Amino acid sequence: MKRATGWDDQVASAIVGELKGRDGALLPILHALQEEFGYVDQRVVAELATALNLSRAEVTGTISFYHDFRANPAGRHVIKICRAEACQSVGCEDLVAHLKRRHGLDVDALSADGLLTIETVYCLGNCALGPAILADGEPVGRVDADTLDSLVARAGSERALTDGEVLS
Amino acid sequence: MSLIKETDFGTPARESDVTVTLTIDGMAVTVPAGTSVMAAAMQAGTKIPKLCATDMLEPFGSCRLCLVEIDGRRGTPASCTTLVEAGMVVHTQTERLAKLRKGVMELYISDHPLDCLTCAANGDCELQDMAGAVGLREVRYDKGGENHFDCAERDQSNPYFDYDPAKCIVCNRCVRACEEVQGTFALTILGRGFDSRVSPGGTDFLSSECVSCGACVQACPTATLVEKSVVAMGQPEHSKVTTCAYCGVGCSFKAEMQGDRLVRMVPYKDGKANEGHSCVKGRFAYGYATHKDRITSPMIRERITDPWREVSWDEAIAHAASEIKRIQAKYGRESVGAITSSRCTNEEVFLVQKLVRAGFGNNNVDTCARVCHSPTGYGLKTTFGTSAGTQDFDSVEDVDVMVVIGANPTDAHPVFASRMKRRLREGARLIVVDPRRIELVKTAHVAADHHLQLLPGTNVAMINAIAHTIVTEGLVNEAYVAERCEPEDFKRWRDFVSQPENSPEATEKYTGVPAAEVRAAARLYATGGNAAIYYGLGVTEHSQGSTMVMGMANIAMATGNIGRRGVGVNPLRGQNNVQGSCDMGSFPHEFSGYRHVSDDTVRHLFEGAWGVTLDAEPGLRIPNMLDSAVEGSFKGIYIQGEDIAQSDPNIKHVTDGLKAMECVVVHDIFLNETANFAHVFLPGASFLEKDGTFTNAERRISMVNKAMPPLAGYADWEVTMMLSNALGYRMDYKHPSEIMDEIARLTPTFKGVSFDRIRELGSVQWPCNDAAPEGTPIMHEKGFVRGKGKFMITAFVPTDERTGPRFPLILTTGRILSQYNVGAQTRRTENGAWHPEDVLEIHPHDAENRGIREGDLVSLASRVGDTTLRARISERMQPGVVYTTFHHVGTGANVVTTEYSDWATNCPEYKVTAVEVRLSNQQSEWQRSYEELREATRKIATTAAE
Repeated sequence: MKRATGWDDQVASAIVGELKGRDGALLPILHALQEEFGYVDQRVVAELATALNLSRAEVTGTISFYHDFRANPAGRHVIKICRAEACQSVGCEDLVAHLKRRHGLDVDALSADGLLTIETVYCLGNCALGPAILADGEPVGRVDADTLDSLVARAGSERALTDGEVLS
Repeated sequence: MSLIKETDFGTPARESDVTVTLTIDGMAVTVPAGTSVMAAAMQAGTKIPKLCATDMLEPFGSCRLCLVEIDGRRGTPASCTTLVEAGMVVHTQTERLAKLRKGVMELYISDHPLDCLTCAANGDCELQDMAGAVGLREVRYDKGGENHFDCAERDQSNPYFDYDPAKCIVCNRCVRACEEVQGTFALTILGRGFDSRVSPGGTDFLSSECVSCGACVQACPTATLVEKSVVAMGQPEHSKVTTCAYCGVGCSFKAEMQGDRLVRMVPYKDGKANEGHSCVKGRFAYGYATHKDRITSPMIRERITDPWREVSWDEAIAHAASEIKRIQAKYGRESVGAITSSRCTNEEVFLVQKLVRAGFGNNNVDTCARVCHSPTGYGLKTTFGTSAGTQDFDSVEDVDVMVVIGANPTDAHPVFASRMKRRLREGARLIVVDPRRIELVKTAHVAADHHLQLLPGTNVAMINAIAHTIVTEGLVNEAYVAERCEPEDFKRWRDFVSQPENSPEATEKYTGVPAAEVRAAARLYATGGNAAIYYGLGVTEHSQGSTMVMGMANIAMATGNIGRRGVGVNPLRGQNNVQGSCDMGSFPHEFSGYRHVSDDTVRHLFEGAWGVTLDAEPGLRIPNMLDSAVEGSFKGIYIQGEDIAQSDPNIKHVTDGLKAMECVVVHDIFLNETANFAHVFLPGASFLEKDGTFTNAERRISMVNKAMPPLAGYADWEVTMMLSNALGYRMDYKHPSEIMDEIARLTPTFKGVSFDRIRELGSVQWPCNDAAPEGTPIMHEKGFVRGKGKFMITAFVPTDERTGPRFPLILTTGRILSQYNVGAQTRRTENGAWHPEDVLEIHPHDAENRGIREGDLVSLASRVGDTTLRARISERMQPGVVYTTFHHVGTGANVVTTEYSDWATNCPEYKVTAVEVRLSNQQSEWQRSYEELREATRKIATTAAE
């Protein structure tokens, strides 16, 4: 997954300009924006509407239909945790509780340090290996508390690295 | 009287030459191929339960209530999306279906607040009806229902309707109505699953793209979207079908009433002009009709600075009559005249012109069409033989290439614009010729193929360039021209437009539009299939307005685009009955049906019927009346329902003329600006308060039916009659239908028209006579009315109004969706929420050069006058051109416009005025002195004890 940078209107316009000629360009553009920035800023709605001859309402409605399109920047790392039936039956809700109890992390929210977003998804198609998660786009199966602890720790240590506080 | 409930067939009617017979619940039904099972059932009288289907919208198939069983088919298909087939055997009511439908309703109700008794839709709720229809007796899921009262706030931002997301069943009808019917796409479903709700794009309604047409409110089966008036008043108990009194589209409405109180206006699906759609004005902006500013007592005064004195009808009429008699005795028969109203009914207009011709004994009658479409009358009569548009609105459904010239339909004719947009979404091509980037140039799902953004005042150069391309590139429909047009005139025209000075390359220096773009547009017009021209005041309100009308007629004839569906030359007329007021003989030179007063045969016909000798000389036009008043020979005027002191150009000249008169009689529902100069005020009746007919832009005559008694006691036709009788010319009509009978007797094109006939047909388009007993939707089908089509030479003569160092910009004027004309009505409604004041639109480049920012007060000055208003920076404008509207008193757009006018008809050149714009910090001199004058002339004496 590409490391997201801050929103840039010029870069966004370039993406819109590059893709607007495609058939059914709205979704490809939204994907490209999310890929570039990690989210789709509300600011792009009017420009998208004009570029594609749609109404602003249509663009807004489309974005809102897909949970994957975020309205706000995600953390540097994203863990998507499956909470559909199959994973529920093998304990995914325990993992959700563990994240809260151990790390103080809420699902469908950004961590306080802004580094980690944990999102609910309903089925990753990896039921045989449940509980299943997607860690920064990589599928991980048979997830347990230890797996989560190490992922959370990795996200936290990166903060230390990027802040240049500790070089171990 | 009862509440009219129109049949909802669930899916739109289909047309087909092929019919299909099937069996529904044991009954044989025959319907056109392509009809849905649901509509076929309804035709047989069987209502299949439904929630997401309604016949204004294409089927959607989401609610799953309309399931049926069909012999030989598996499962239970939705009847709205299943088309009929020959021999199909359908069952709409079975045990299995009943169980399924109950289950579906249980799910709906489990997620809906059960506050029916206090709900605004109580008595008019399809969800409630369906619960009843399927026999819902229990809800197994989450008893009591999830009420959602806490899910989202009610949105009450729109002044006319509320949105309550708690009641939404997500049937999508509103979203689809906004898309399919209105074509604005302002609504969407936000979120998904249980969270999904209708939303105007994540903002509130007022600040969204919503144009408040109300199609969503009409489509909503629950109280999710509901008129505020219904919330406040409750459900109506009876309704009257009538015709809207705003623009020339002429929408048909049900006025839904409680007693004599209007609860709401609901567009009538049988209305052939609007097919059940409306705009914000027609549906919602009716509050003016009962506004506290309505004057309900006649008033008189000696001088215009005296306070008005309320008097009895008898006294007012006697006073007006004696003044007119006195003036005529002193200054001569020609010293008085009248202006008919394009807002009033045909019958009322006919009476006013009759009063002038037979009662005053002169032909000094004119109408506000003078300042809008008089060039249309002149130009189309000269070329085709009829002073009216060639098509019906339905014709747009067959248009392949739409040319919109000098018209802004989405603002000025919104309901027809919706039909245009629908056709454009189906793939018709679009050419826009307009100095501004109007909405049609680019809006959701619509984009013009060519926008010829010419400079104001260069229309004729443009049309000649288009004609040049058609002729010199061999695109003339020679067979059509040879068969239907005058050959000599055509040859002359062909030689004229072929001249190099008419080429797109040569005219580019006037129009500013690249030659290649003009050529491409001309080719598209000539070769793209059915091509239709729709035009507005951007064509007519020029010094060469009549020339341009003939120029458009020329290219339509040259390409064979006249005389069938999908083509034509179509004026979009501004006022509800401006076509009618012209038809009824409002012009000083013409009797009803556009017959010249000098024609002895015609005049003798009227003399015989009216028992008087009539003047064979044309009378004065409005500008001539005002000129004569200033000169001192014209002294008295009767003005019905028109506000020339706000609407006419060069206001100072208008008011000077009015001030110079000895008796100005204003007959209006409000104390308008013209009344500031009046001596007699006769209170008028709104369209809700009288019977009669209006004629719309497609020559369609529709009924206006009285929904409430006149506030001041008399309909306008009765007042004109009283005035005539007081003057000594006897008029004795018991009902407006008798006036229409007289019109029909005296006017060949109206021979077959009567109130009974109109009611029988719903509406009728003139000519309606022995040759066309059901009216004439499309003109010139078998040949032109004048015989052969006449090509006219249209040399481009630039207007004398030129920009220069002192006045470097061009001002052009227009309208906006939420306001109407001089705003007398719309300003007295909540429509101000969208357009509280007139603003000056200016291109960013011109604004920057002058240091003007958004919202700054600016002075707008021409050689004639100046006014001050706020600036709006807009890229809709091209550099060098500014734009404003004239909806508000005191804006003074017409203080700035000049006395120049169309060479043939005196239609003012509103669209081209050389101006300068500067930052300002105060109102103009005119605005201040006019405010003082208003103060002085609008007082009404408090009624003394009698």
